[in-house]
Amino acid sequence: MKLVAVTFLGCLLATAAVAVSDPGEMLPNRAQELRAEALGHQLRCLVCQNESVEDSNADLARDLRHIIRQRIVAGDSDRQVIDWMVARYGDFVRLRPPVNAMTLALWGAPGIALLAGVAAVLIARRRRPAAPAPLSDAEQQRLAELLKS
Amino acid sequence: MTPLQRRAFLLAPFGVAAVGGAAFWLLLNRMREGTYDPHGLPSMLIGKKLPRFSLPGLPPSQGFSNADIVGPALINFFASWCIPCVQEAPALMALKQQGTPIWGIAYKDKPDATAEFLQQNGDPYTRIAQDEPGTTAINFGLYGVPETYVVDKSGIVRWRWAGGLSDDIVRQSLDPLMQSLV
Repeated sequence: MKLVAVTFLGCLLATAAVAVSDPGEMLPNRAQELRAEALGHQLRCLVCQNESVEDSNADLARDLRHIIRQRIVAGDSDRQVIDWMVARYGDFVRLRPPVNAMTLALWGAPGIALLAGVAAVLIARRRRPAAPAPLSDAEQQRLAELLKS
Repeated sequence: MTPLQRRAFLLAPFGVAAVGGAAFWLLLNRMREGTYDPHGLPSMLIGKKLPRFSLPGLPPSQGFSNADIVGPALINFFASWCIPCVQEAPALMALKQQGTPIWGIAYKDKPDATAEFLQQNGDPYTRIAQDEPGTTAINFGLYGVPETYVVDKSGIVRWRWAGGLSDDIVRQSLDPLMQSLV
């Protein structure tokens, strides 16, 4: 996948130079533009896969930003815009994946890790040897002598 | 803990590491063979009808719409500026030789550049349409070029390959599928 590698490099270089904020892309209506930006931050750029559509300089991301704005102007709700993207690119396009059978392990992982940690602590405590018996009188005396000298 | 249990306890991390290593090795192997792409996305179109589109042709070819495509056929998105498209050209030409209809869609390309690309690498296409704005591609869920889709007789998408087609992929996946669709 040389193309992917090249585009990926392109993405890196591009983001190093500027965060995307081409005034020409923005909507004149401030509230709508803010909604579009918030939505863009929730959607993954399919080319530079760890960047959001709003942050990426890839061609496809620019097209998707444009579509988000078109749909907002056309009166779509945030939900409808996200659904439009998911219908084409699947749940992967959402940077915050929904909870479903596929993502159960992902969302459950922190809980599982916590349970494992608690279990490890409990086991470690149970295994700790009993505290040693208190010193006998003779031992106390000996200790006092040693400390004095 | 008996000594045996203790030994099992100490060896367990090595076992986990060995299994993980084996899995990683298999994964790398599949990446090298080209049967696994870590950036690959499943297509949302599989099992669904083609998205509606109507695109202008690249002269002298007529343009086409989703309704014009008679399956089983391939739809191939390509561009003159795309390196894997050059690499997959021989595989597409071989498919054409076998009589497989391939409908080409030039993605974000200038007509002159597309024509030159076809002159240099061969023209395997039944018809060639131009998607200069790239909107049809987005309706397909395309995220790079080349991408190849298989449509069956009833216009349902059955398969998608993102990336260049190789002889291996054609032999292992595409040929058996196309035979089953005839």
